[in-house]
Amino acid sequence: MTHSPALEVTIEHLLRELTPQVLGTVVRRFRDFASAEDAVQEASLAAALQWPREGLPINPRAWLTQVAFRRMADQIRSESARRRREGEVAAETLLVTEDAASQEDDTLVLLFMCCHPALTTPSAIALTLRAVGGLSTAEIAHAFLVPEATMAQRISRAKQAIKTSGIPFQLPTTDERTQRLRAVLHILYLIFNEGYTSSAGPALRRADLSREAMRLTRILHGLQPDDAEVAGLLALMLLTDARRDGRSNKDGELVPLARQDRSLWDKKQIEEGIALISATLPKGAIGQYQLQAAIAAVHDEADRYEDTDWPQILALYEVLRRLSGNPMVALNHAIAVAMVHGAVKGLELLDVLARDSRLATHHRLHAVRGHLLELAGDSAGAIEHYRIAANKTASLPERNYLLTQAARLSS
Amino acid sequence: MKYMLLMSATREVFEWYSKWPKEALQANIAFMRDFNQQLKDEGIFVETAGLAWPNDAVIVRAGDDGSPITDGVFPESKEFLAGYWIVDVESAEEAYKVAARASLAPAPAGTEGKMPVEVRQLMSSAPKDLL
Repeated sequence: MTHSPALEVTIEHLLRELTPQVLGTVVRRFRDFASAEDAVQEASLAAALQWPREGLPINPRAWLTQVAFRRMADQIRSESARRRREGEVAAETLLVTEDAASQEDDTLVLLFMCCHPALTTPSAIALTLRAVGGLSTAEIAHAFLVPEATMAQRISRAKQAIKTSGIPFQLPTTDERTQRLRAVLHILYLIFNEGYTSSAGPALRRADLSREAMRLTRILHGLQPDDAEVAGLLALMLLTDARRDGRSNKDGELVPLARQDRSLWDKKQIEEGIALISATLPKGAIGQYQLQAAIAAVHDEADRYEDTDWPQILALYEVLRRLSGNPMVALNHAIAVAMVHGAVKGLELLDVLARDSRLATHHRLHAVRGHLLELAGDSAGAIEHYRIAANKTASLPERNYLLTQAARLSS
Repeated sequence: MKYMLLMSATREVFEWYSKWPKEALQANIAFMRDFNQQLKDEGIFVETAGLAWPNDAVIVRAGDDGSPITDGVFPESKEFLAGYWIVDVESAEEAYKVAARASLAPAPAGTEGKMPVEVRQLMSSAPKDLL
């Protein structure tokens, strides 16, 4: 066989898709999530080496399952040999028969497990990407710019937390279901954000995180088509990611929404996102992701920034504000008020928000104040707040952007 | 979020350290080794480095033709970077906790331990709250 790049891409996609299915089968058989996860990762790495050379096996899923089973059996043998040496009773009863649960359920169970509230957020993110996303430890480490050993340790601690918390390999009860699904959505949202908000640096790798988050959310949407918030999150990702090429210029500098070249936006993805959120909103059970998606849709629908339907955005933020205690939502609401009723009204709201301790020292409050002061014609005030915001932000492109704003008004 | 934890000291402190008794030095070296291993085991380690001592530290500026002009005279009170860690943690509070642990590096008996550790956030490539 020759090495074909097309075949390698096919194999990569296939392995990502098969990982949770094979893992589900192995966990059901051996009842040991931590070891099963290692075995599937090893099987997957073996496939990534062997398949490009020898071609795809006739049944890739069976191939992977068999290799993973063999790894598990080897491990159990050496484990029981050790126990016999140590005079313990050999536990050969680990093998249980596979029940008839569908592979689709397995993927869902895995998502619930990896995003369990007992795990720390970084652990949940890492484990989800590996066990459900099928990414290798090295790829995840690369995406988060940490050494591979650090990421390996994070994953192993996540598995340890699952073991000690006794989280069972089964779907959560109906009582817990909604809350646990929210935890899954939150982790997927964070993975998306991690990729989306990194416009500089190893951009390609980071963009992969957004794509991976969208792929996993799409799978979840396929499994839970009637959950409006799952659909809302997928729509939000599609509508936000559609603007990726307009969001920074070729030098990696941040371009604000008002000045983005909208011809660079991904029309097809916008269409898909709008269709999805339009079909979801009338179903009732309104939630934060749906509202955020609806707001993103209104922005994406405007051909020019001047055409933005601010009254509609304001109406959506009014609802979102009632649902969410997030101070960033309140801040965005103030911007919408300013766009509809004038900068002075927006600034009045900012005075109220500045009493919230979570916002008072946040750079975004000052960045927004600078922007609204500029709209109100107060250049000196705008310069001052752009500079305060620049001092407080931890983002390099944003600091450059804010300092440039202040410099532009000073000259 | 990534944070850099910096250890800095004046020339005086470096000279003092070089005169520590053997047991105190060994305890300090062992502490640093164990601490690095702990950061790795906790899955938060990104990078660490110790710097050569400042005896040969120079300040470089370009001359008119671009060639380096070095300056080696420093006031006694100047602080020099001795070493740093970069950790990847969830919040500033977590970074402070790690820094406090580093601060406990043992010093000779009878002297003030509690080494000062400066904590600085690394800039990210883009803001996290634009969505």
